[in-house]
Amino acid sequence: MKKWLSYLIVLLLGLWVLASLRPPAPRNGFDYANFGKLPALLNGRIQPLDSVSRNCLLQIRSKPSVRLKNGETLLPSEWLAEVLFNPSKADDREIFVVDHLELLGLLKLGEGKQLVSFDQLKPHFAEIEKQAQRAQQVEPARRTTFEKQVVKLYSGLVVFQKLKNSLYPEEYGSLQTAITDLKANLGSGLEAFRAKESNKEFNQENLNKLVQTLQKWEMASQMAYPRLILVKELKQGNSQWLSHGEVVNQIIHNESLNLPRAIDAYIAMNVAYQKNDPNGFNKAVLDYQQWLATNFPEQFSKSKSESFFNNFAPFAKAREIYLLAFLFACISLFNLTEWLRKSSFNILALAFIIHTFGIIYRMTLEGRPPVTNLYSSAVFVGWTIALIGLIVERAYPYGISVLVAAVGGFTTQIIAHYLSLTGDTMEVLRAVLDTNFWLATHVVTIALGYGAVYVAGLFAIVYILLGVFTKRLTKEIASLLNRVVYGVMCFAILFSFLGTVLGGIWADQSWGRFWGWDPKENGALIIVLWTAIFLHCRWGKLVSERGLMNLAIFGNIVTSWSWFGVNMLGVGLHSYGFMDTAVFWLIVFIASQLAIIGLGSLPLRFWKSHPEQAYSQTPNKSPQTE
Amino acid sequence: MWLDKLINALTSIRLTVLCLALAIVLVFLGTLAQVDKGIFIVQKEFFQSIIVISDLRILNHKVPIIFPGGYLIGLILIINLIAAHFKRFGFHLQKIGLLLTHFGILVLLVGQILIDHLHIESSIRLVEGESKNYSESYTKCELAFVKISGADFDIVVSIPESYLYKGNVIRHPQMPYEIRINEYYENSQIERLSGQSNERGAATLGIGASLRVIPLPPITTTDRRNAPSAIIELIGNNVPKGTWLVSFFLDDGQTFNVGNEQWQMFLRPERYYKPYYITLLDFTHEKYPGTDIPKNFSSRVKLTNPQTKEEREVLIYMNNPLRYGGETYYQGSFDPGDDRVSILQVVKNPAWTTPYIACALVGFGMALHFILKLSAFVKEQKKR
Repeated sequence: MKKWLSYLIVLLLGLWVLASLRPPAPRNGFDYANFGKLPALLNGRIQPLDSVSRNCLLQIRSKPSVRLKNGETLLPSEWLAEVLFNPSKADDREIFVVDHLELLGLLKLGEGKQLVSFDQLKPHFAEIEKQAQRAQQVEPARRTTFEKQVVKLYSGLVVFQKLKNSLYPEEYGSLQTAITDLKANLGSGLEAFRAKESNKEFNQENLNKLVQTLQKWEMASQMAYPRLILVKELKQGNSQWLSHGEVVNQIIHNESLNLPRAIDAYIAMNVAYQKNDPNGFNKAVLDYQQWLATNFPEQFSKSKSESFFNNFAPFAKAREIYLLAFLFACISLFNLTEWLRKSSFNILALAFIIHTFGIIYRMTLEGRPPVTNLYSSAVFVGWTIALIGLIVERAYPYGISVLVAAVGGFTTQIIAHYLSLTGDTMEVLRAVLDTNFWLATHVVTIALGYGAVYVAGLFAIVYILLGVFTKRLTKEIASLLNRVVYGVMCFAILFSFLGTVLGGIWADQSWGRFWGWDPKENGALIIVLWTAIFLHCRWGKLVSERGLMNLAIFGNIVTSWSWFGVNMLGVGLHSYGFMDTAVFWLIVFIASQLAIIGLGSLPLRFWKSHPEQAYSQTPNKSPQTE
Repeated sequence: MWLDKLINALTSIRLTVLCLALAIVLVFLGTLAQVDKGIFIVQKEFFQSIIVISDLRILNHKVPIIFPGGYLIGLILIINLIAAHFKRFGFHLQKIGLLLTHFGILVLLVGQILIDHLHIESSIRLVEGESKNYSESYTKCELAFVKISGADFDIVVSIPESYLYKGNVIRHPQMPYEIRINEYYENSQIERLSGQSNERGAATLGIGASLRVIPLPPITTTDRRNAPSAIIELIGNNVPKGTWLVSFFLDDGQTFNVGNEQWQMFLRPERYYKPYYITLLDFTHEKYPGTDIPKNFSSRVKLTNPQTKEEREVLIYMNNPLRYGGETYYQGSFDPGDDRVSILQVVKNPAWTTPYIACALVGFGMALHFILKLSAFVKEQKKR
């Protein structure tokens, strides 16, 4: 009966996951989820409008969503539709976050965190720009909080402004008005122009009107952010992404008013949107999708897949399930019922499957190995921890490994979540990094090494907490933990060493310097040296079992330093950017690890249980043969 | 008695652990020190030294550091490793993995010391169509005197930076005059005189008469280089009497006559001449569409070696260098102002293969060792 229960829980969780595969429901009849699947070019890669809106929102407000003052939320693509099709309404949305005291004062906004709209900020643009331009002169790592905030607000305003001009010059208010104006002025204007060229009498007013119109498009085109217009190049038939300005240039050049299909499609959407006609809007989106599917199947399928991935959010799902597995494992550890342990294992396995699915999906989407940036390294390190935990739990079913795997999986996915708020997580890779071979070898082995050191450290933490606070650290459990920590450390040194040397070889291949004592390299080296110390201490029987556990926990500090700490130094070739709040959390983490090491160093009489208490105080005899 | 003790100490695993621990502290301190000092100085002071005598800024306080340097720790580790293998390990088939691993570490350590001393980096800057048979140092400069002979070749006398210090007098059989260094500025800037009458130029002859030198502190980071300047004087018969300003900033050589010979002088990046020519045929700088993010750089070059009659085209691009004549040519960087300019990084490193060998040995050795241990462990478990 209880065995049956453990499967039922997993089944229910599975259903919950499957249910979330459905796209979000239409709002007032408008199918924004479908609109969000349309492809665009931004940051050098094809992405769905859904990602475009999320990435822009991240730059504007550090969150990929819009939560209004009344608690209502807008879907990212719903917000984007408003920005593109009804910019004056979007100007009124309170999407900008101002919470720095001096900045609030500067903008005369009252106290506390404030959500403000573009319109509300309008009177202060000159001031914001002045302050931001001064702050931008300062090196990012040396900026004060005020300077950082003002730069952030300013660049958010710029992104918003650019986005509004991405389909047509914003002042027209809608694409159809803009195109109608263009059409109205084009014929007469060109006629006047030709007459002037051939020294005939010409209508100056018509010519001026055309010039003014073209200037508007030109200005907007320079601002345009995502490129939305996908066409086939005439000569070779390659697909090409155009900004609206380039389209207008082609129109002038060819003197033909043949608009690209994308423009027609966006006009239809815009008209329906402004008429508040959901059916018309949905039909326009669908028609355009059908056209894309026949003419640009590759681009459309890529953007559809990414939009699915955004909606499904497998890593966020896995994170929640890891948390559940952790709770079950905790209870099972004290309650000692097999069905709870079994349930926690099954739940963990489900989280792991979703996690794996997410990683593979992301790899196919990007055409890259699993780790390409700091964000994906967090995703992958978590996966490694969960994988090792699952394997160890299969071999030694005590529930402890589920606990370790769940903690590791959950925390790393939290870290990944916060890292994802810093910008596009699938950004294109700069020249030197654009090599799947080295990403697949060096970067992946390094991440495996990180994962293994953390697993060893987590098992060691379990050892100490069980011993100090509970009666559960029996001889059997202690020797098991000791062996597991040792075994995992062996993996850790293998992967860390290989990863580090492979990194050196990559550097030798790309700029002829095997080792440069760069901070990131040094961090990796410290991990290798630390694992070597652990292993030699064990082989040479230099420290007791508890000492080894403390060494393994210190490995957590060493790895975190190498993974995140060195990035905070703000020097070196590998810097990912400065992370302020991360510094605080790193310090908290290090302090917590030191506290546990302190507990581990308490004399045995303070421990609630330890195998050596029962016998004598002689140094332990490790059950593991050398 | 004391010898036994020494041998025991040298072969002990405690010494290994001590060295590893010291290495960790050293690497950590060296990483922190980079924030202020820059990578270049830290490499010299911390890692390529016997003893570190330096300081570290912690919360705006200078904390002095005296610590064993990278070479000392590395050397002790090498001795410890070799000694331990002779004294303690012996040879067992079971331990072959360990042996391979340790041997690989040895190759890595020794290789790294070799690389530190043998490795020379320089660069070639080429405009499309241009040929060069020399590369230029990133850090060092030379004072060069060129005798214009009118024939196919010129006579070049190049004086390395180490000879350039105040008061030094330099002679060379090829030069019919001596050179005295009146002033040498390791890093500097030059400026045109403002035109006020009381101002005097840095030198009396040549362009230096209308310029002045502003000494600057030496550069410590790797992304910029020193721009030296010097005031020199020629000594001998038939030479122009007066002082000259030579500077990194003066690209065009200054010409002077000694009797009927015509000479030119330059203070320029040190050149490494090669017996072959590199010609840049085409440079491409690919960007991701709609952005300025570089996707790839590549240089199509022609390699011409008159001695071996070699003449072939090579494509050098990111992560794909050209290895030729004991040197490796990498796609280094580009000139943001001119898209026809490619900058190739040239590295001479006779020990470049050591990390590759070490990596293979250690990777294989460790994997073997752990597999052997794991299978022994599993067997034992089954017996129980």
